[in-house]
Amino acid sequence: MEIMLAILVGVLYSTGVYMLLRRSIVKFIIGILFLSNATNLLVFLAAGVTRGQPAFIKKGAEQAELVADPLPQALVLTAVVIGLGILAFVLALKYKFFQVSGTDDLDQLKPTEE
Amino acid sequence: MFVVALPILVPLALMLLLIIIPAPVFSRWTAILGSLGLLFLSLYLLILLQDDPVLVLQAGGWKAPYGISLVIDYMSALMLSVSALLMLSVSVYAMNFLRGESYAQLFYIFFFSLAMGINGAFITGDVFNLYVWFKVMLLSSFVLISLGCSKEQLRGGIKYMGLNLIGSLFFLAGIGLLYGKTGTLNMAHLAKILIDDEQSILMNSSAMFFFLAFGIKAAVFPLFFWLPSSYHTPNITITSLFAGLLTKVGVYAMIRFFTLFFVQDQDFWHHLLLIVAGLTMVIGGMAASTFYETRRILSYHIISQIGYMVMGLGIYTPLGIAGALYFTVHNMIAKTNTFLVSGLISKVKGSYQLKEVGGLYRQYPLLAVLFILPAFALAGVPPLSGFFGKFMLIKAGIDASRYGITAVAILTGLLTLYSMIKIWNEAFLKRPVNKDQKLKGRLSFSDIFPSVLLGLASILMGLFAAPVFKFVMAAANSLLDPSLYIESVLKGFLP
Repeated sequence: MEIMLAILVGVLYSTGVYMLLRRSIVKFIIGILFLSNATNLLVFLAAGVTRGQPAFIKKGAEQAELVADPLPQALVLTAVVIGLGILAFVLALKYKFFQVSGTDDLDQLKPTEE
Repeated sequence: MFVVALPILVPLALMLLLIIIPAPVFSRWTAILGSLGLLFLSLYLLILLQDDPVLVLQAGGWKAPYGISLVIDYMSALMLSVSALLMLSVSVYAMNFLRGESYAQLFYIFFFSLAMGINGAFITGDVFNLYVWFKVMLLSSFVLISLGCSKEQLRGGIKYMGLNLIGSLFFLAGIGLLYGKTGTLNMAHLAKILIDDEQSILMNSSAMFFFLAFGIKAAVFPLFFWLPSSYHTPNITITSLFAGLLTKVGVYAMIRFFTLFFVQDQDFWHHLLLIVAGLTMVIGGMAASTFYETRRILSYHIISQIGYMVMGLGIYTPLGIAGALYFTVHNMIAKTNTFLVSGLISKVKGSYQLKEVGGLYRQYPLLAVLFILPAFALAGVPPLSGFFGKFMLIKAGIDASRYGITAVAILTGLLTLYSMIKIWNEAFLKRPVNKDQKLKGRLSFSDIFPSVLLGLASILMGLFAAPVFKFVMAAANSLLDPSLYIESVLKGFLP
């Protein structure tokens, strides 16, 4: 399971980086989206995956059994929610930029450098 | 210690208040009085620290490694006070510079949410919580930087946003790996586990992720491109706010992480930090000298100065860290002040282009005085604050026999001096471009007051360097020997 997830994380990262390097701003945003999901999975994976053992402790149990670590799941949940907020803002920014400038091309962004 | 959470809760409450009551005059005064309140609050925290050098609040009553710890030590309290001082001056400055702008109300709301993010980042004692505060800060700054919705600002906003989002992804990936290896995200607990850790080399992957994340936020050498391409676009009030506060949060986090728990493999890290510091100084300084637009010169100059702070961290002696802290405080004050003055110049002359202004020394001597204070402070002229910061760093460099970086630091001082003299010559000494050029506007009290306040702070930091030095030395010593920090947060918890 870990191996599968690790490969998936790698694929997502490479897809994300590929999209980041495109000229279109929309593709850039999609790239960031891929990267953020890859990172979420990475956090989830790094703490170790435990199969079929949710983090509940039976009532009256003296000692907790081996359960999945709930903390990385909580971290991922928080990160996903923050990511959603960011994505909404980013898309709004992109839309506004398209309205003002009529372009979706990152190369058109150059003139601020002068 | 409930008071520990107040620097986060006060801006939150004020932000909500401003959302509920959207009246221009009300929000203007709320911003000023609120920042004043934050300043007094942080001074009060400084006084509390005299008795107890580490103030801790376990949020929600959860014990240390399980809940979120909020911790204030010398460094946090110092950064809190300076950022409150900057917020106070910017909020006064905003009175006239944002008057009549359609987005003034939004500015004040996000002003406080930015303050909440920054204060949270300074206070928190938990790595993931720091990530959340970073995001609060980033999101507020995304909104602030694109507030005017002009083409230029949106362009700058997209660049700023893109690179900073990538930085925060590095941050999150670092958190994942760190948690996987240590099983904790509480900074004190991490320090306890990692200080006598044997497999130090394994920590480098997480440390590198964090270094990249904070490096992007602090705008160090290969990662600074977002800063100069976005900082000159928004309203000068917003630029001044960002110039003093945002990059320094990255520096703060870097100092915190690399003194508290990423203390393995020191040879590699300190060399890396010093190389990055040297390149940041030189490249920022050289780039600054090629421009003729005040905001651009100053933006590149921010980058150059970040190098000095990283240099102090890389030297890693008590004097080096103390120098970095002193320099950070000095730089936050002086840098914001130069941006404020560049706004004043543009208000009087109607332009940020140095080619189009001139003769201000004769036309507006007061403005010349206001400019010369922060400019000389940045260049490191003795009675002002910058001299002592550079002196400490250079002395630390020589003591630790890091001669290369010390030489670079001294030479970069010349580049700084050059870009300040360029602004001085072009804007103040040069003859006015058109003989009969009239001044575009007069400055009122609320325009000048923030700059006077920060200028005085620069002078006082220089005149009373001894007590400030004592304080930053105490802060540096407590950073390099975190046993008290660990003990106060964990309260005897054994891993």
